[in-house]
Amino acid sequence: MTEWYGMVPEFGQLALIFALLVAVLQVVVPLVGVQTRREWLMAYARPLATAQAMFLLISLFILAYCFVVDDFSVAYVASNSNTQLPVPYKISAVWGAHEGSLLLWVTLLGCWGMAVSVFSKSLPLDMVARVLAIMGLVCVGFILFTLHTSNPFTRNLPSIPPEGADLNPLLQDFGLIVHPPTLYMGYVGLSVAFSFALAALMGGRLDAAWARWSRPWTTAAWIFLTIGIALGSWWAYYELGWGGWWFWDPVENASLMPWLVATALLHSLAVTEKRGLFKSWTVLLAIFAFSLSLLGTFLVRSGVLTSVHAFASDPDRGVFILALLGICIGGSLLMYALKAPTVSSVGRYEWVSRESFLLLNNLLLLVAAFAILLGTLYPLIIDFAGLGKISVGASWFNTMFVPISVVLAVVIGPGSMARWKADEIKRLGSSTVAAMIAAVVIGIATPLLVNGEMNWKVLLGMGVSVWLIAATLVDVWKKARGKLNRIPQLGLSYQGMVLAHIGVAVTIIGVTMVANYSQEKAARMAPGDVVMLDNYRFEFVDAGHIEGPNFISDAARFRVYDGDKEIALLTPEKRRYNASGQIMTEAAIDVTLLRDVYVSMGEALDNGAWGMRLQVKPFMRWVWLGAIFMAIGGLLAMADKRYRARVTRSRSAQEAAA
Amino acid sequence: MKPQRKKRLTLILFLVAGVGIAVGLLMYSLSQNINLFITPTQMADGEAPVGRTIRAGGLVVVGSVERDSESLGAKFKVTDGNAEVTIVYDGILPDLFREGQGIVAMGQLNTDGVFVASEVLAKHDENYMPPEVQDALEKAHVDGKQSLEAARY
Repeated sequence: MTEWYGMVPEFGQLALIFALLVAVLQVVVPLVGVQTRREWLMAYARPLATAQAMFLLISLFILAYCFVVDDFSVAYVASNSNTQLPVPYKISAVWGAHEGSLLLWVTLLGCWGMAVSVFSKSLPLDMVARVLAIMGLVCVGFILFTLHTSNPFTRNLPSIPPEGADLNPLLQDFGLIVHPPTLYMGYVGLSVAFSFALAALMGGRLDAAWARWSRPWTTAAWIFLTIGIALGSWWAYYELGWGGWWFWDPVENASLMPWLVATALLHSLAVTEKRGLFKSWTVLLAIFAFSLSLLGTFLVRSGVLTSVHAFASDPDRGVFILALLGICIGGSLLMYALKAPTVSSVGRYEWVSRESFLLLNNLLLLVAAFAILLGTLYPLIIDFAGLGKISVGASWFNTMFVPISVVLAVVIGPGSMARWKADEIKRLGSSTVAAMIAAVVIGIATPLLVNGEMNWKVLLGMGVSVWLIAATLVDVWKKARGKLNRIPQLGLSYQGMVLAHIGVAVTIIGVTMVANYSQEKAARMAPGDVVMLDNYRFEFVDAGHIEGPNFISDAARFRVYDGDKEIALLTPEKRRYNASGQIMTEAAIDVTLLRDVYVSMGEALDNGAWGMRLQVKPFMRWVWLGAIFMAIGGLLAMADKRYRARVTRSRSAQEAAA
Repeated sequence: MKPQRKKRLTLILFLVAGVGIAVGLLMYSLSQNINLFITPTQMADGEAPVGRTIRAGGLVVVGSVERDSESLGAKFKVTDGNAEVTIVYDGILPDLFREGQGIVAMGQLNTDGVFVASEVLAKHDENYMPPEVQDALEKAHVDGKQSLEAARY
């Protein structure tokens, strides 16, 4: 191991240490520059942010390299990879466990910093300096954490294992390649909104311009969060073999809470940008959103969820993150307390106005986030107090979350058509009569058409969705003054909003249908057996073996008939992974826009029979389709002229100066 | 009072009232919806509520798993090293369900002292021990009535 290439992991660690040093400089130099009003010092913020991101990327690539070449002398590689593991999974194994996912987390944070340094040409230099210094500070904390408690480059010396322990089979999947990086991009991206808010507080620059700078960044992070959550749900749906797509698991809640607050933040930023109101509220939301990201990281990474006792007996990691969390939240709230009273919002608005609707939106989203927070932390608190082991059931989260979502869906439509400052209930009412009628009719018709039975939950879910879509379209029609060809002129920002709001309705339709009309049957089936479910006939044709690259599976073949027509040949599998001997269920799903047919294998019973789980899930895809609409809506809003116009203008100004 | 200030005050009152009601409702419904974990020892001592949804768990006793030959029905015992409880379940057991493994089941205790499970959970990791089960084993172990190893084999 004296050759230079034997030292590759050390280079990775070295790059991480350099990144830490650069991050420290990134905090100190620009802030000194701001304090002493020396522009040349502030100007260091950008190159330092870039350098930091580069070092982090080098470090991450080196870890990936160690995985690809099976360097089992690195403890993290040895416990999360294996020579048989296909290369794409070796790379995704980088973020398959604690240490690597933290490295990914800080690397993405560095990349966001670099992105800010590149796309901030229109920003005043002191603002850039402050924003990047704050981001640098967050980076310092997390690189320290990684190096101190969770170093992914720690060696297994002197006895190098000949073979690795393998990546958890659950994670050997396309979903794991894309889900964590996307979600982390969202989590970490909220640090930009947070840094902008604190920088604006520090500099006393809480104005419309600040909101305009902050908005596209917040939207970007929100898009990643939206897609990340949807990917996670989709992955759990097909990979866990139960057909569930949301479990109110603490890890899921950890991602939903920042999303809810980030959504509130987006809307509050709109008010701050357009009307100069809600300034200190917006700042507070930015702080909350990022704090919840950190809290999520703490919950997932400290081991506190597995057991409070595990956390107490190996407190290193947990205490460190808790300290980071405390410093971050405490520090930012302290600054808020000191600086916010000097911020004044001028301007008035009436009870019925867009401002009021957006305020209501914010309240509802925050209450939802708070309820989820309470439900997530409650068992931990009870356990910590020694009062017993409890769990909060999914039903509780549903009773909390569903009514709030319904109210929210009801106010989105009128909210987005209401005028700033003041509007009239009468005007809003008369514009939405048609939408109201459509909502009631379709709401009542849907359950009757499905199975002839009235179902008030379906009525409500379909009703509010149709209401939302119809009211939104009415507004589009009015703004385009009844001419289709005027719609493209309405502005990307507005079109994005429309699309995102329709996305909300699409998701609600999906959730309503799948929650109320899913059919499921667990059956004992031998080859040749036939089971009817809904209108579908499931025929278990035969069972066989499939050999994969690093697993062997029992597979079953199913023919699915709709009436007499064969619609799908499905091959669910039960895999046994060679390295770990772990068993995994691989569901087989036939997908259309209107329903999913889902088959997964249970255990082998005697006489060649198997336990089989058969499901028909109407409108399943709509749940995620809505998220895609929301994300595209976000992209459109980000691409709006008014963010780009400033960049080009200032660029031409720079060119003129040069 | 200035109109601006009056409006702000109404808003704050509205907020405080809203948050208060919300928290109250949240806490109330939370207390109605928690699922308590009951150890086999507690069940044997009659401390478990009958007919209420609770969670039970322990190590699956070796040799106790019986399958119905016609349906998916399964019957098995779990132990915390001190007491055993019989669980019946009709459905697909998780991939990692096996004898000696720690599991948690959600369901209700019937009047015969049999736990009727509506859901059986075992995590996707062979070395994973549900924290509740770990805790139950430790408690039973501390009581010193029977050793942990004896429970496993």
